[in-house]
Amino acid sequence: MYIYDEIDQTLVDQRVNQFRDQVRRRIAGELSEDEFKPLRLMNGVYLQLHAYMLRVAIPYGTLSAEQLRKLAWIARKYDRGYGHFTTRQNLQYNWPKLEELPDLLAELAGVQMHALQTSGNCIRNVTADQYAGVAADEVIDPRIHAEIIRQWSTLHPEFTFLPRKFKIAVTGAETDRAAVKVHDIGLIAKRDAAGELGFEVIVGGGQGRTPMVGPTIRDFLPEKYLLSYLEAVLRVYNRLGRRDNMYKARIKIQVHETGAEKFTEMVEREWEQIRDTAVELPAGERERIAAFFNPPLYDATGDGAEILARDVAGDADFARWVSTNVAAHKADGYAIANISLKPIGGVPGDASAEQMDAVAALAERFSLSEIRVTHEQNLVLPHVRQDDLYAVWQTLKSYDLHTPNLGLVSDMIACPGLDYCALANARSIPLAQEISQRFADLDRQHDIGELKLKISGCINACGHHHVGHIGILGVDRKGEEYYQITLGGSGAEDASLGDIIGPAFPYDRVVNAIETLVDAYLGVRADGERFLDTYRRLGADPFKEALYGTH
Amino acid sequence: MALIKDRELSQDSWLYIEDGAPVPSAGGAIVSLERWQAERDQLSGRNAPIGVRLDADTAPESLAVDIDRLDLIAVPFDHFKDGRGYSTGRLLRERFGFTGELRAVGDVLRDQLAFLERCGFDSFEYAGGTAAADALKAFDEIGVVYQTATDRRQTAAAVRNHPSRAFSNGTSG
Amino acid sequence: MTQKVISANRLGDGLVVYLATDGSWAEWISGSVIALDEATADAMLAQARQAEQDRIVIDPYLIDVAEVDGQVRPTKYREFIRATGPSVRPDLSKQNYVPDPASHETGAHDTGV
Repeated sequence: MYIYDEIDQTLVDQRVNQFRDQVRRRIAGELSEDEFKPLRLMNGVYLQLHAYMLRVAIPYGTLSAEQLRKLAWIARKYDRGYGHFTTRQNLQYNWPKLEELPDLLAELAGVQMHALQTSGNCIRNVTADQYAGVAADEVIDPRIHAEIIRQWSTLHPEFTFLPRKFKIAVTGAETDRAAVKVHDIGLIAKRDAAGELGFEVIVGGGQGRTPMVGPTIRDFLPEKYLLSYLEAVLRVYNRLGRRDNMYKARIKIQVHETGAEKFTEMVEREWEQIRDTAVELPAGERERIAAFFNPPLYDATGDGAEILARDVAGDADFARWVSTNVAAHKADGYAIANISLKPIGGVPGDASAEQMDAVAALAERFSLSEIRVTHEQNLVLPHVRQDDLYAVWQTLKSYDLHTPNLGLVSDMIACPGLDYCALANARSIPLAQEISQRFADLDRQHDIGELKLKISGCINACGHHHVGHIGILGVDRKGEEYYQITLGGSGAEDASLGDIIGPAFPYDRVVNAIETLVDAYLGVRADGERFLDTYRRLGADPFKEALYGTH
Repeated sequence: MALIKDRELSQDSWLYIEDGAPVPSAGGAIVSLERWQAERDQLSGRNAPIGVRLDADTAPESLAVDIDRLDLIAVPFDHFKDGRGYSTGRLLRERFGFTGELRAVGDVLRDQLAFLERCGFDSFEYAGGTAAADALKAFDEIGVVYQTATDRRQTAAAVRNHPSRAFSNGTSG
Repeated sequence: MTQKVISANRLGDGLVVYLATDGSWAEWISGSVIALDEATADAMLAQARQAEQDRIVIDPYLIDVAEVDGQVRPTKYREFIRATGPSVRPDLSKQNYVPDPASHETGAHDTGV
């Protein structure tokens, strides 16, 4: 992973000092809240329902064991002993004090971390495939360019006061684990016929109030032009994106209202002017950054698969966990271990300080000190030897991190919702907990198969409900919590937005409704069909019928 | 309002002239864009510096023909959150080659100064609550830049690739 | 007019506070001053806005409350959550972090708000 040198470290250290002074000025009254708010947002500091909230950046979801340990330490010292992993691969603390934030940020800087640009109308954390560098189907490790983009976008003087937030995601594999098509800019690394590296550029995807799958505006952008092209897109957006209505200010609206073709022309025209200028990285810098993502020195023993098979045969619970949570690794003898942060009945995506420490220790011992955060609010140990998996799992068990439910119905995404968030209309966490408990039986979950259920407590869609196979959106109906159900969404390379299938349900009828939908699917599915596949084949009718008794 | 020019507190040697009011024959005069476009020959015929105050949505392209006749361009920020002026500044400098005084006016606060300077602005009608003398510290708070901009400060990458060069804070223009 | 109290977040630590009778800011809604008429509500809001100017709180606003079993209780669920803590973490409730001056036990579970 990328390691800071003195230069990178200087920036985060100076940033902490700058923020320390901004906090001082706020508390002393030299800055009003209106003036302070954009400044604190640029450091990821929100004011939420109960307290401030700090969103720590975890660039493209990659963490070292040391960093994760520090996050645990901070949770204990400055917060209430836990953190929440988000749908943008970041970590949120829910109870930091403003007066202590400069010290907290200084602690983060000490392990090469920060909370820069995790909020505000600027370019946010660049997210990537959580299997980057270890997935067999990868063209290139997307984190190389995610890091290049991260640096380019950090304190970019021209793009610090955009019409609205800006989210970029990168994938290096054909299987899209980064939901690039519902981002402001999505990048898919690929090679052209001559084997040259480049990117498919997608602009104008997004969720929220007006979800859209982004159009591809360029099929192939040669790699060496990445930054100049991004600069062109951002400049067109900064100059002409809507600023009159905050609900219409994302680039997706601009692309939609301008028309993708015309928008593309505008970008290409701007890009012509800057493509061979200094905005691109100098020779050597790209190589320097790429070198941080070279594959590590793997040293499998050769009998890993055999040992794993034996461990699987000897323990049915372990076997089940392997079948759901372990993915194939590109290196022989290795595996990718997914750690579910969705224990049955638990708060999705939350991890206690103890759990964070446990995962850090496991990473140190068994995963070359590296951890990944997924945008589906789980963790990954990306470099585990097959013969070590059993030991890993046994430790996970003692921390309730062993739930074998990756991709199953209880592996839900849920935003913090009305329990924490000032923007929410309804609670999402207790609903997730109740649904999880209804489907607690793992045999049942396995039988149902892959089912991505995503819950948002408001239209801002931080729970990504638009791309849930089943999506649930909390709404406020005359002071009561109601929930709108959507079906058929997907955030993968087959991206689609879910369809609303009927009237919303009050809180106490939602769990039954979900169960009804699942049973309806089980009643009509063809062999090997996931819920999503059955929905796409048959449409909404059988589901509407089951839920509402009508077509 | 305090004027910051070239990172110092400065006396303003320019006057804003209202549309319809006579333009003095001497001294720096800043007129509206409309007036400039209506009276450009007379105004540049004056033997004195002439400046133009744009609107927030003025496209810098529309000034391309005038660049060499202007000594000052004032770019307004109606609200500090409106970031269009940063692109405007960059384009006026980098694309259209403006070499005169590029002034940020309007809701110009302390924490925007460093970003503005990087985008080519060399003077600022400072409107923030902190004392202007304190605001000057803003220029030096972050000594590392990752990306190129108008100011041609050494980026982190440039420093790394030419280790003999130390970090320097370039000024714009 | 329904009864109203002033709710805000404290600047320094971000915690939810309520305007109290003596003009201070209470962490428990049980300590809040209650407006029974519009004039009082307006005066309270003005007082709260001054506290915002004085950098004690951020974003004060009026909320509707009712008295239930002798206890002050917000009528909107969102405000109830603000007054008591996240519904999914009773261990993080105000009860467990802030002793209620109105209760006889510190940190004890309270049946009211």
